[in-house]
Amino acid sequence: MTAAFYVSAAIAVLSTVMAITRADAVHALLYLVVSLLAAASIFYVLGAPFAAVLEVIIYAGAIMVLFVFVVMMLNLGQAATIQERSWIKPRMWIGPAALMAVLMAEVAYVLWASRKGNFAGANVIEAEQVGIAFFGPYLLAVELASMLLLAGLVAACHLGRGDERK
Amino acid sequence: MAGIPLSHGLLVAVVLFALGLVGVLARRNLVFMLMSIEIMLNAAGLAFIAGGARWAQPDGQIMFILVLTLAAAEVSVGLALILALYHRLETLDADAADKLKG
Repeated sequence: MTAAFYVSAAIAVLSTVMAITRADAVHALLYLVVSLLAAASIFYVLGAPFAAVLEVIIYAGAIMVLFVFVVMMLNLGQAATIQERSWIKPRMWIGPAALMAVLMAEVAYVLWASRKGNFAGANVIEAEQVGIAFFGPYLLAVELASMLLLAGLVAACHLGRGDERK
Repeated sequence: MAGIPLSHGLLVAVVLFALGLVGVLARRNLVFMLMSIEIMLNAAGLAFIAGGARWAQPDGQIMFILVLTLAAAEVSVGLALILALYHRLETLDADAADKLKG
């Protein structure tokens, strides 16, 4: 199981790097799906099978299908890929990557200090426990999430209706 | 099963989050920026799962499900905004939408 964690972590990081550097939106989306599936297997190794299933169904399934749908509706084609390639210059990765490398090194240093005695994933937390906690102490959070989803639905409906004033 | 060191799980989450942030900062295409935000949200969920697994409590997974809800709502609104912006400006360049009254 430990080897599965490191292999999935490597796949997740590599496919995310590929996803953020592609010029073609569909290629990037497919790499992102691979990254999310790798994250799902990390969740499974960490003893969260319910979260792994939700990651596959909602993240890699529903949200990525939404992205693919929008990329299809935009109908970008070859010209957009060429323009995107002109936007991606090696020079412009330097600044953000350097800043993020410094931040990552800081966090890695902090994590290095607490490396002993902390082991995750020794126990499996089943969906039953998650559900009991969800509809017990976290009931208000469920209600708030439903209101958030309703707001998202109304906003997407309103914005997607198009501009009728013109 | 001995499990994974918590710091390794959190390190993967940090690396994924940093990659998403680099994507947001470096890309100009709005679709790619939204994808990078998804990467960052997913990394935050991974950190929650790792923390929940460390203390063997379901709270981490609950926070992950709430992050998932947030990501679904955010991506639906964001993609609707991108479609509206594309129909209005005919481009996906984030720098093109720099006027408040266009």
